[in-house]
Amino acid sequence: MINQQSNRFFFNVDWITILVYVALCIVGFVNIYASVFNVSDTSFNFSSNYGKQLIYIVAGLVLGFSILLLEAKFFSVFSPIVYGVTIILLIVVLIVGRNVGGNQAWISLGGGFRLQPSEFAKFGTALLLARYIGNFNPKFRDFKSIAIAGLIMLIPLTLIMLQPDAGSALVFLSFMFPMYREGLSGYFLLIFLGMIVLFIADFLVPIQILIPIILSIGGFFVYQNRRKQKLMFSAVLVTAVAIAYLFLVKVAYEKVLKPHQRTRIELILGLKMDPKGVGYNVIQSKIAIGSGQLTGRGFLEGTQTKYGYVPAQSTDFIFSTIGEEWGFAGCTIVIGLYLFLLLRLINLAERQRSTFSRVYGYCVACILFFHVFINIGMAIGIVPVIGIPLPFISYGGSSLWSFTILLFIFLKLDSNRMGFI
Amino acid sequence: MDNLFNRKYIVQGLFILISLILLGTLFYIQVFSDKYFLSAKFNVLRRIYTFPARGVILDRNEKILVQNEPVYDLMVIPNEVKPFDTIALCDIIGIDTVRFHKNFRKAVNQSRFQPNILEKQLSVNIYQTLSEQLSRFPGFFVQSRTIRQYPDSIAGHFVGYIKEVTKKDIERSEGYYRSGDYKGKSGVELAYEKELRGERGVVNMMYDAKNVPKGSYAEGKFDTAAVSGEQLISSLDIRIQKMGEELMKNKIGSIVAIEPATGEILAFVSSPGYDPNLMVGRQQGNNYMELLKNPNRVFNIRPIMGYYSPGSAFKPLDALIGLQEGVIDPNTTFFCPHYYKAGNLKVKCEHYDGDIALRLGLARSCNTYACYVFQKLITQRKYKNQRIAYDAWQKKVKLWGLGDTLGVDLPGERTGRLYDAAWYSEKYKQRKWGYTNVISLAIGQGEMDATPLQMANIMAAIANRGYYIKPHLVKSIGKNHVISKEYVKKNYVGVDTRHFNPVIDGMQDAVNAPWGTAIESRIDGIVMCGKTGTVQNPRGKNHSVFIGFAPRDNPKIAIAVIVENAGYGGSYAAPIASYLTEKYLKDSITSKARLAQVEWMKNQVILPLPPKPKIKAKVISGDSTAKDSTEKKVLPRPNNIRQTISTK
Ligand SMILES: [Zn+2]
Repeated sequence: MINQQSNRFFFNVDWITILVYVALCIVGFVNIYASVFNVSDTSFNFSSNYGKQLIYIVAGLVLGFSILLLEAKFFSVFSPIVYGVTIILLIVVLIVGRNVGGNQAWISLGGGFRLQPSEFAKFGTALLLARYIGNFNPKFRDFKSIAIAGLIMLIPLTLIMLQPDAGSALVFLSFMFPMYREGLSGYFLLIFLGMIVLFIADFLVPIQILIPIILSIGGFFVYQNRRKQKLMFSAVLVTAVAIAYLFLVKVAYEKVLKPHQRTRIELILGLKMDPKGVGYNVIQSKIAIGSGQLTGRGFLEGTQTKYGYVPAQSTDFIFSTIGEEWGFAGCTIVIGLYLFLLLRLINLAERQRSTFSRVYGYCVACILFFHVFINIGMAIGIVPVIGIPLPFISYGGSSLWSFTILLFIFLKLDSNRMGFI
Repeated sequence: MDNLFNRKYIVQGLFILISLILLGTLFYIQVFSDKYFLSAKFNVLRRIYTFPARGVILDRNEKILVQNEPVYDLMVIPNEVKPFDTIALCDIIGIDTVRFHKNFRKAVNQSRFQPNILEKQLSVNIYQTLSEQLSRFPGFFVQSRTIRQYPDSIAGHFVGYIKEVTKKDIERSEGYYRSGDYKGKSGVELAYEKELRGERGVVNMMYDAKNVPKGSYAEGKFDTAAVSGEQLISSLDIRIQKMGEELMKNKIGSIVAIEPATGEILAFVSSPGYDPNLMVGRQQGNNYMELLKNPNRVFNIRPIMGYYSPGSAFKPLDALIGLQEGVIDPNTTFFCPHYYKAGNLKVKCEHYDGDIALRLGLARSCNTYACYVFQKLITQRKYKNQRIAYDAWQKKVKLWGLGDTLGVDLPGERTGRLYDAAWYSEKYKQRKWGYTNVISLAIGQGEMDATPLQMANIMAAIANRGYYIKPHLVKSIGKNHVISKEYVKKNYVGVDTRHFNPVIDGMQDAVNAPWGTAIESRIDGIVMCGKTGTVQNPRGKNHSVFIGFAPRDNPKIAIAVIVENAGYGGSYAAPIASYLTEKYLKDSITSKARLAQVEWMKNQVILPLPPKPKIKAKVISGDSTAKDSTEKKVLPRPNNIRQTISTK
């Protein structure tokens, strides 16, 4: 009976997505192999990074298929518990966490294993957000529902920010997209975009010029809407908030960000020229990618990525290996695979009968999207170096498994889309 | 609902848009622009570090104390090594093949692709031979850096030394240090590491397939030049530092000389010392281990770490506090029956003068006088009890920099010892203790220890008639001649200027009057003021101490000299101080008789017997005479110095 049931479920699973997933894992393995490849020692070695990654991939597949065997109801029912546990882990890591690279992000499990709770907080948050929207169908017309959903997103974000791991925290902003899909006003996204624009402007334009500009734009809208009291009031409010925000950014920039993070932002904005080699990583990564040209130098032929010029070669900067050895053609294929996966996930989400599944699907797609955009963007120098992994490709068990869990929970929900949750 | 369903397209549109932006940027970097293209001709881009020259350290007259000398590290990139004549290479660099293979394996383990150090610090000669033949050894190259060199081989404790960074240093520096870098480990090198080290430069060198450098990438746009460390002008005066070290040869002890007006340390001798040149080069590790074997602890920085009872040298301070408190005036006399008695404690005196006032009391180093002053201070009516009075006294003494670190800019300074009333109450188990219990403090003994630096600083404060400037070792840093603010601030010791002259009179007599105890430190033509001390040493012969300053008016030098196990203060410490003072003030010692005395003093050997005679003591610091470790090598003194004055 059970066997029959699981067969039925496997039958409904979206194999195309799994195929893309496996393809990306293979791309990851091949390029990790290339980036740690040792010319004089070609024997296969399980203790090396690529050897470990192979184990992670196999374990990830086992993990993924075990998720497919679980009861679909499970995820909705236990979402508050999963969320709660991840929040507790995020607090624990702040207290007992191991400091790796300046961030208090890891919990040591003994025996050389360690856990990065921020990775697992992603699907915990996705599940609870989906549960909340699925249960209450809030449409985000009122302040209360926005506040609740916002809180679900901001609690883990803040805890991760405290580690401090700005990169991983930023990913939680991707939950705004599922909220948008479920009714959150597009203005929120525009405001968010405005915040980013103002943030950048804050560095590029002196504040004594910036404030008159904002005041005059605000003044213009106030004047335009002088007969519509409500709109006029909004314009005044937005202007005031924008100016307050500018000062807040300045203060936060000085007090919250670590010196190396500040330097990175300044480098990206072109305010600083390569002080003490921080921007050097990005230049090296760009040179490696640029040297790949149209078709790449070929497998194991990359030199830039092999001599330790690009740091975190098999983790955060794995894309530079892809760029150097496989060229523009390879990059296009990888980005194409991601885009295909993302678009397909949205389509799958839209075919769900339950809101819970749909929202969760959007969450998965948007988290993956953020990772892909930021990771590749930083390798090619259009996004600050904030160090988050490239999904399914970067080296590391924690990230690979958390992405696998994230994705396969959705595949399970999708395979069960005819049932009720 | 339909409305919301359409939002799907906005989200998907965003995904497509961003993907296109990424692809567009990639197209620009990879296909369209050649800015980021490293052609196949320039096969490899390699980061070559250029090492900054460490800041030079000068003496106060800008004579070189520490300079740099180029050395050459043989580097290897294991992956680029092709078969070569190992024995030939070993011959050139002067190591055996065992060591070579060991180092090579180490390099391979570190990284096959990155340059690793194979052999450190080759000399210029080896470098010249090697560079002619380097083409025979593919994969090897030479990287130059500098090491320290000390032209006069002096002031090892003061300048400190540099050493290769440890893993911990690298972690702590947050990316500044890399494996193979050097860093100050003690002395000025450590205290001013940030100023001295400079900044490393980087050249992004392109290499072709044959490992031939083809110039800097992008015309050096991404290169940074090495920035040399800042030049540091120390407060030291090489002339007296050198002479001081020679005088202290084969003796144990310290000399600290301070310029009172500025707090600048003119001489900083810790004996036994070592030749700082031993602490550089390939033999550094071995030399260090050898020096560690010296039972007299070569690396003990005695001027700031050594604890000595100040002894009689404390008496001027005792008198000054008495004057300030009004318990005595310069004419107050006490009767000295050759001893002072309080309770069952008796403090002896070694002179016969009967009634004695301040000036003679100091000149004769009268214990009775000092004890009476102390007794008066602690039994003052204005305090409720003697414990409170003691605390008030202790606070006044602390103002002179005793009982706490002075804050000299040298790591490792110790506090000395001086306790508050609570400590004594604990010691005497809450019984009512009084001045009789602590009377030995009056003569600088008992539960009181000071470092030589603190003693010299007391003299500086007396020379300044009421204040001192934190003693420091650096006059100025860099081109802008920066100096920390704390080293120009006056620290007042809480005694009015008018009280100093009567005390200084006594100190002047101690050195210059025929009945003075420090007559051995008299210098013709210079009015030196000072005080001898004989510090009881529970482990052996007494330590000889002299503290003083000169000239009396507008003093230029305050000095403390301690010679361990040398007995009476006038015998060794006082003459040594006088030679240095004369040298500093007159630039040379003119009298032939005195020159002979200086030579005699240099040849004196005063070392304690080694603790375990069965272990054969090894000669280390180059003092061949140290070998026999005789207690004292007695030679007749030239021009009989006034040993006849037996008063103390
Ligand atoms: Zn007496």
